[in-house]
Amino acid sequence: MMPSEIVRVSGHIIDSLILPKVLDEIMDLDGTFEILQLSIGKRKADPSTARLKVSARSQPALQTILKRLVRLGATPEFAPDVQLARARKDGVLPSTFYSTTNLPTFIRYRGRWRAVERIEMDCGIVVDPSRSRAICTPMIHVKRADLVVCGSSGVRVVPLERSRRREVFQFMHSPVSPEKPKAQLIAGVAQAMREMKRARRKILVVAGPALIHTGGGAFLERLIRAGWVDVLFAGNGLATHDIESALFGTALGVDLSRGTQTRDGHDHHMRAINTIRDCGGIRQAVRRRTVTKGVMHACVAHRVPYVLAGSIRDDGPLPDVLTDALIAQDVMRQQVRGVGLALMIASTLHAIATGNLLPATVKTVCVDINPAVVTKLSDRGTFQGIGIVSDAASFLRELCAALRL
Amino acid sequence: MCRPTHYTIAYEINPWMRLTRQTVQRRAAQQWAQLHRLLTRLGSSVRLLRPVAGWPDLVFTANAGLVAGGTFIRSNFRYPERQGEEPVVERHFRARGYRVVTLPRGCNFEGEGDSLWIGSTLLLGFRFRSDAATHERLSRVLEREVLPVELVDKRFYHLDTCFCPLSTTSALWHPKAFDRYGRKVIERTVAEPIAVTGLDARRFCCNTIVVGRHLVMPRGVSRPLRHRLADGGWVIHEVDLSEFLKAGGAAKCLVLRLA
Repeated sequence: MMPSEIVRVSGHIIDSLILPKVLDEIMDLDGTFEILQLSIGKRKADPSTARLKVSARSQPALQTILKRLVRLGATPEFAPDVQLARARKDGVLPSTFYSTTNLPTFIRYRGRWRAVERIEMDCGIVVDPSRSRAICTPMIHVKRADLVVCGSSGVRVVPLERSRRREVFQFMHSPVSPEKPKAQLIAGVAQAMREMKRARRKILVVAGPALIHTGGGAFLERLIRAGWVDVLFAGNGLATHDIESALFGTALGVDLSRGTQTRDGHDHHMRAINTIRDCGGIRQAVRRRTVTKGVMHACVAHRVPYVLAGSIRDDGPLPDVLTDALIAQDVMRQQVRGVGLALMIASTLHAIATGNLLPATVKTVCVDINPAVVTKLSDRGTFQGIGIVSDAASFLRELCAALRL
Repeated sequence: MCRPTHYTIAYEINPWMRLTRQTVQRRAAQQWAQLHRLLTRLGSSVRLLRPVAGWPDLVFTANAGLVAGGTFIRSNFRYPERQGEEPVVERHFRARGYRVVTLPRGCNFEGEGDSLWIGSTLLLGFRFRSDAATHERLSRVLEREVLPVELVDKRFYHLDTCFCPLSTTSALWHPKAFDRYGRKVIERTVAEPIAVTGLDARRFCCNTIVVGRHLVMPRGVSRPLRHRLADGGWVIHEVDLSEFLKAGGAAKCLVLRLA
């Protein structure tokens, strides 16, 4: 949505042509207006009043228009500033705090609209008065005496606009269905990935262990080596199975090339974890050439940052796994900055966690074999998303083909 | 009127003023006295404002405010160089029993310099000195229609430098000093507008005092304009006001109409 402001012009604005002039000036300066109210004086000496909503494509453009309109006698009807209250304790927001959405949000502070930085759903907004900045802050990071936005007056949330072009990524996408033509959807994803590269925005992959079980590891590895992945989020499972396959050619004991259970293969994953723990970590294992292939090897070799967030049912875990959930969230928060596209493949837990951190402006692609999971992820407030019901390996194979890898 | 006892060029707040082009005190006094004499001779009764040292432009009494019956709407000068004149004129009018109306700070208004009656409508020039928003307050005080018109040429920074009502239906004006909206407003409001050329406008022909059928104009009116006015039955009196032109003012700027 374009930035806008409401202005009032009153007096003998009809006979003096001030009103037509105001409207012309707005258009000459590439702005748009909406007449909210117009009352015209009955007799010659009676004043007339018009209330206009003036919009422009950017905040500076709006300021230019407003400056000109003020010179023509218009007075901006500024919205009130946000209400602020101080946090009484660390990690506790004031009781009436404004709870954020993941949509672009602005607050009115010291008479100007300011974008809320690092927007994320279900957080508070902390205002830094020394720099007049507004920062979206998770509850646990609120410090005592921080100034927190309370109530919703002076807060403006900008809904995402429906694209005029027919796009693969559509606002409030139609229901997920396994019956959709996947080739076109995947071609659309490949196109979006190219656009991200051109716009220098990051591509995030969130992947679950099934990606390795289904034999998709090789394709993800190919994407990483070709530079299509800027950051990887996963858990202990994906990394363990990937390393197991690199060391033993199996995932959970199943031979990935033949699809059969290997003899005594059931403990391969524990041996893989043990080997990496012995090396000190995945990076060290790659450096010592203990691990020479696979997704994790590709990440280390191509300096693609990865965040492995642990969970309560992890084996081992690998030394690289962040076992403190709050630390993992923070590291993920840092890594999602600059992300324009998120591919969530065969993952529920990590995909939901990531979805919670992403602004709604980030395009998301959810791929899972289970339609229920895709629907669940698509329903979690990520507005510009598409869901693809597919096996992870086939999706990645087709994506690689669409990207000519 | 106000004697030019302390009149000088002390600052530059319009394109006419040059600190290097100073006034000659004696000549200014003579020119002013000549204007004063002429007005009296034409039957005007002239009241004087006492000059105050330090406020050289007090001589341009047209900018002091606007008189409407027993009400005096005091000016709010845009430039600090002239804001010191405000209490001087305010005291003067209070002492003479006028109801003095002041506008809020930030609502710039330079009196008759920027507001002139055409019939029962007041035209307000804005941009360089007065503010457009002021018109609403003026209309509330005066209970009359007030039409703001935008000035676009810095040399004609006040309405009275480019517009002069001669009667309820006719006026002298320099169209290029207004934008197209302002031109349209004047063309609609004034039945018989008389456009003056750039040359006449630069000689401040629009800065004319109207006394009955007599026009008191600064010297240098072009022949065509003179003929046109004479044909309309106007009697022209030219006065040398060269010393005041140095400050961007002429005949009309030196007087404020009280009745």
